[in-house]
Amino acid sequence: MSLTGSQILLESLKLEGVDTVFGYPGGAVINIYDDLYESSIEHVLTRHEQAAIHAADGYSRCTGKVGVAIATSGPGATNTVTGIATAYMDSIPMVIITGQVPTQLIGNDAFQEADMCGITRPCTKHNFLVKNVADLAKTIKEAFYIARTGRPGPVLIDLPKDVQVAITDFNYPDQVNLRGYKPTYSGNPRQIEKAAEMLLQAKRPVLYVGGGVNLAAADDELLKLAEQTKIPVTTTLMAMSAFPQRHPLALGMLGMHGTFYANMAVTECDLLIAVGSRFDDRVTGRIDSFAEKAKIIHVDIDPTSIRKNVEVDLPIVGDLKDVLGKMHGYLNQRVGLVEDMVESTEEWRATIDEWKERHPMTYRQTKSVIKPQYVIEKISELTEENAIITTEVGQHQMWTAQFFSFRHPKSFVTSGGLGTMGFGLPSALGAQMAYPDRQVIDISGDGSFQMNSQELATLVQYKLPVKIAILNNNYLGMVRQWQQMFFEKRYSQTVMELPIDFVKLAEAYGATGLQTSKVEEVEDVIKKALETPGPVLMNFNVSREENVLPMVPAGKAINEMVLAS
Amino acid sequence: MKHTISVLVENEFGVLSRISGLFSGRGFNIESLSVAPAMDPELSRMTIVTTGDDRILEQINKQLNKLISTIKVLDFTSEDFLQRELAMIKVATAPEDRAEALRIADIFRAKVIDVTPKTYTIEITGVPAKIDGILELLRPMGLKEVVRSGPVAIGRGAKGVNP
Repeated sequence: MSLTGSQILLESLKLEGVDTVFGYPGGAVINIYDDLYESSIEHVLTRHEQAAIHAADGYSRCTGKVGVAIATSGPGATNTVTGIATAYMDSIPMVIITGQVPTQLIGNDAFQEADMCGITRPCTKHNFLVKNVADLAKTIKEAFYIARTGRPGPVLIDLPKDVQVAITDFNYPDQVNLRGYKPTYSGNPRQIEKAAEMLLQAKRPVLYVGGGVNLAAADDELLKLAEQTKIPVTTTLMAMSAFPQRHPLALGMLGMHGTFYANMAVTECDLLIAVGSRFDDRVTGRIDSFAEKAKIIHVDIDPTSIRKNVEVDLPIVGDLKDVLGKMHGYLNQRVGLVEDMVESTEEWRATIDEWKERHPMTYRQTKSVIKPQYVIEKISELTEENAIITTEVGQHQMWTAQFFSFRHPKSFVTSGGLGTMGFGLPSALGAQMAYPDRQVIDISGDGSFQMNSQELATLVQYKLPVKIAILNNNYLGMVRQWQQMFFEKRYSQTVMELPIDFVKLAEAYGATGLQTSKVEEVEDVIKKALETPGPVLMNFNVSREENVLPMVPAGKAINEMVLAS
Repeated sequence: MKHTISVLVENEFGVLSRISGLFSGRGFNIESLSVAPAMDPELSRMTIVTTGDDRILEQINKQLNKLISTIKVLDFTSEDFLQRELAMIKVATAPEDRAEALRIADIFRAKVIDVTPKTYTIEITGVPAKIDGILELLRPMGLKEVVRSGPVAIGRGAKGVNP
């Protein structure tokens, strides 16, 4: 079958199971868009290429599928870079198609030319420039394979305009053969046994769980192992929805804004089992005192994560579903020993419970002004935690991690590694495209929201009933908090001098806008938003100088927390 | 500590920038880097000399392996291996130095490959320390230009990089 390059692209996407793509047209992808005109693939037109990438990213985070986005060459392509870097830092499987100037013009500083393979090399798992249409199908096959296997990540395909119109026979390969890429899925059984033995000996064990559990869809295996051994579980920002947060073994988040009891448990534990986590600096605080009393087991599919930041006593390279499942199976054959272990760790759990009682997650409730944490608790309660929550980046993001009681896997979509403001609204858009019938809520700050607020147009155009909750303090709150604590309250460029009328902004796009400054109206506003069809923006004017606590100041050990009074 | 690492990579567009970008992006050192097609013409072989402590070297090896374009990485440092570098040295030769320059070249089993009234150009092959040695002896005469290839390495006996 003879097809053009752009037809090959769309046929290949269908064969990869892609039914939705996000993008923005332009001169160098006009042929692809011409073929999309009659294609069965649904294309969502965002209002900015960065948003298209975040939308595909959000789509991927809540489904586990590969997110796909398209942008034109030059500025369209460079606009995708923040989105690609966001996905790369959080290991999100994506395929990004960018148009490129015709091959004979590459390197000539042609109109709308940018060296995308050069620009995205450090923020993609891999990238391709397709110079010959005969290589296109194979390249797409490889791109999807690389994106979704091993430690997942974004893959970019740069597609020159002449390759899009060139014609060749279309044969989609059914196999990939990459000599240099063979990820290890099956964990070494000896290592797994050793880990299980270490676990049976431990008196004060903690599971330290990261985003890898989402990526491996190993939440079930994690829950089974935790319940079998009664080992307390602390989750990173990326893994908040990978373990039910109301579970008695849940310690909540650890690290810079972690709970008192999670940080204490990690500091005092004698065995730390790191699962799909990478000892990020926001998690460890001062690295030499992180879990310094503990032996460390580190399970990860990516060997470079192991021993990158900390020494490890027992490394296991493999897929978490495989490793945790096998560990659970091994322990299942040693029921007596497991019972002994559960008994001998009773005291440890009691200690943790004391910590929980001494310093629970809390904030000072007031009658006169809305506390941002209160809004989040109410959203959690009123949605019964069935919603998919996205966030931007800053104080509201930390409060969401602290006060929303996640209980469904893949229900928390947030930019962890890169910390990208403006991520929440477009990723909510992507999540809603994936799940038209689920409630999707973007919890936002007034600063972050304005970084991609143009996507209100996309929500309205595609009738996506995303609800947006802006916790509005008229500050860039997280930076303000640092300035307050460490820079003598010199609020340099963090005061958002111009109060925006977000209700009018929503209405200008044809969405519904609601707002309140009164504590007693919060619940009603949320209920009304949830009942109103279509996109609704809720603006909550909240306590302006509320701080995210606990907080571990930069350079301190994680047990040196500033606590809420 | 100095390490010599051989990397077999796909001989394709942009592969050198993937390797060099990995080193610069992660703050690893490159002391020298040489690249040429490998036995299999679809592959290139790189020899990288780098420095760092054990933790950094482990990361360098792992990160190189992680690249999709990398077929094989071999850190020779702990292995039995042979290393050779080529240098061409243009040295100023005043009439009274010409005999001495030839003698030095002879001692090092180097060759004079170009002669002009005022210079000799000397070709030498050997371990990097040998090249350092001849340079030290020639320096007093006045080095006009020196070009070194950076070392290439191969394992002794069965130890090798070929897939």
